[in-house]
Amino acid sequence: MADLDDFRRETRLWLEASCPAEMREPMRDETDACWGGRKPTFKNDAQKAWMDAMAGRGWTVPDWPVEYGGGGLSPAETKILKQEMAAIGARNPLMSFGISMLGPALLKYGTEEQKKRFLPEIARGEIRWCQGYSEPGAGSDLASLQTKCEDKGDHWLVNGQKVWTSYADKADWIFCLVRTDPEAPKHKGISFILFDMASPGVSTRPILLISGNSPFCETFFDDVRVPKDQVVGELNKGWDVAKYLLGHEREMISGMGLGGQTGSLGEALVEQIGRDSEGRLADPILRADIARFDVDAMAFRAMSERFIDELKAGMAHPAQPSMMKYAGTELNKTRHELVMAAGGSNALEWESDRSRKGKAAREWLRTKANSIEGGTSEVQLGIVAKHILQLPGT
Amino acid sequence: MPLYLTEDQVMLRDTARDFMAAEGSIASQLRKYRDMDCKDGFGHALWKQMAELGLTGILVDEADGGLGLGHVEAGIVLEEIGRNLTPSPFLVTAVAVVEALRGTGQRTRWLPGILAGETVASLAVDEGPKHRPEAIEMRAERSGNGFRLNGRKQFVVQGASADLIVTAARTNEGLTLFAVDKDSKGLEIEGVRLADSSIGARIDYRDVEVDADAVIGEVGEGEAVLRRVLDAGRAGAASEMVGLGSQAMTMTVDYLKQRKQFGKLIGEFQSLQHRASHLYSELEIARSAAIKAQQLLDEGSDDAEAMVSVAKAKAGRASTLAVQEGVQMHGGIGMTDEYDIGLYMKRDRVLNELFGDPAYHADKLARMKGY
Repeated sequence: MADLDDFRRETRLWLEASCPAEMREPMRDETDACWGGRKPTFKNDAQKAWMDAMAGRGWTVPDWPVEYGGGGLSPAETKILKQEMAAIGARNPLMSFGISMLGPALLKYGTEEQKKRFLPEIARGEIRWCQGYSEPGAGSDLASLQTKCEDKGDHWLVNGQKVWTSYADKADWIFCLVRTDPEAPKHKGISFILFDMASPGVSTRPILLISGNSPFCETFFDDVRVPKDQVVGELNKGWDVAKYLLGHEREMISGMGLGGQTGSLGEALVEQIGRDSEGRLADPILRADIARFDVDAMAFRAMSERFIDELKAGMAHPAQPSMMKYAGTELNKTRHELVMAAGGSNALEWESDRSRKGKAAREWLRTKANSIEGGTSEVQLGIVAKHILQLPGT
Repeated sequence: MPLYLTEDQVMLRDTARDFMAAEGSIASQLRKYRDMDCKDGFGHALWKQMAELGLTGILVDEADGGLGLGHVEAGIVLEEIGRNLTPSPFLVTAVAVVEALRGTGQRTRWLPGILAGETVASLAVDEGPKHRPEAIEMRAERSGNGFRLNGRKQFVVQGASADLIVTAARTNEGLTLFAVDKDSKGLEIEGVRLADSSIGARIDYRDVEVDADAVIGEVGEGEAVLRRVLDAGRAGAASEMVGLGSQAMTMTVDYLKQRKQFGKLIGEFQSLQHRASHLYSELEIARSAAIKAQQLLDEGSDDAEAMVSVAKAKAGRASTLAVQEGVQMHGGIGMTDEYDIGLYMKRDRVLNELFGDPAYHADKLARMKGY
């Protein structure tokens, strides 16, 4: 314990000295996030300084091994680091699908060579990754994907189309599910492959969403040549890698919008709605809905803490991320419904500077995807029914 | 501290689980005492057995002869009580009242009996049909070297068989807790059987005289003590509901795997699978909230009170969902007295009312958060 106390003290001092003031302010929207990449866009110097400082200690990925660019911290130390960052409101220094999704899969399934090649540049924020999973005909039934990957002797040849590829137009590399054996049963002919988005034959087209934003793309592969050493895990066993990685994606999505939020929603909304003569939020039915939400959100936050602790101790059920993803995303949707209700007609403004270009409304609409992306709520409930409750049927 | 049970706590859970399943089962306790129309609504022999295991002293300091454990451990025992619907004074006596006696002069008078499983203690707070400790009206006037109590209480759990009734009343100095002996003159106790076959007494206090040393803590400073006592009880009730809801879910999921209709196991139907999975999710979240609240209580954290309200409200809703889905998915047999699932529904309703229902605690949380 004394060691952990020392670690906490040193971490606090270091964060105090290294985290610029601008990086301690809450992120106002998605554009405040730092994504790194080959051609990174930094909003200001502080953002770059903060990412570099954290990457220098391996603390963009505090629990990865040091040899792969991580911080080599124990679960207890990682938790302390997170707590101390939260205490000063420090932003996540680097948002990255490489960190949250590909990294864990490479650590488990990658060859030593692949780990040494790809992980350190993920940790330093040098390469921005995107995920090629869904296809027009393969949504909830992901394993029916058709993107073709043929063995051409000295290289792979990839042809097909992906959809809902987050930030594909800004990504440097893609991790992708492809069909390497069209004859095998659908789960058994899939491989997990990595390639450079700058390869000839790769093109992307952003999709305009109901929020008016385009975070997702259609991604096309037309005779894309991929070097032979870029398949992760065994050939035709990519579904195992995909499932493992989906678990991590679900963890990430389950925490969205709630992880960083420490106060209560009622506290955040009361001033815009106003108070009655006894100081209570003035609309009693809305107050009740918000209070009920705060109960659910605080309880879910305890669940998240327990889930992460159990995960790190190897005690979590393999299907538990599905439950977390389901509960967390449904809660986040409820939260944004309440934010819209509290904002009234102010929250409906779409373009005005007053509304920060429709921030509330656009975020509200964005959250509707939470229970669709990464496996719908219905898919998650099916996984819980099968793997945890062990109910019969397909 | 990680938010899961330590090795010692897992051992305690296994012990409590085996013990309650063997000795505290529905057939051997709840149904037995219900069907004999027992006036106490629970078995004194089991209370004694729990004492022999040390459980009645789980929260009692080691210096006073107890196990010196915390609210997390009390919650572990209560989860198993909840699973088996075991009627027992554990929650009110060993958790709430022991919390009231902590560090007071009343310890030496009452703890030995509780440790021995001979004394039953209850808590008299509610004065109307809903839990509103902020609105306690019962009076305690100074009289001689002590006080004279006048007023009415209800929903005094195990009040009809209690030796000690910890009573909250207002003095001129403010809210004060009194240790009232059941044999005090002027005390009229009516045992009232509730829907779950437990007894929640109504008590009339008519010029009940108590000595000055019946005061728990300081005169006029009962509010802080009562808050601590109620929070201990609420966190405990949350765990009992998590256990109750979990067992109701287990029974229901088992039934889905056995019952056939339309030539299929009904558990194959997606409409039922998704509802069962949602219920699982709600119960796991409730369990996390309860453990978190108990850890915060044990740490003496300022955040404990809010989390206790979250836990009581969340566990109450999750447990209610479990018994409602349980009866519905059992179909017709869920309505019969022969099947146990209906007993879970009745106990859930009582535990939801005890120490404040989900609406009370959501409102309390909102007030604590300044809205």
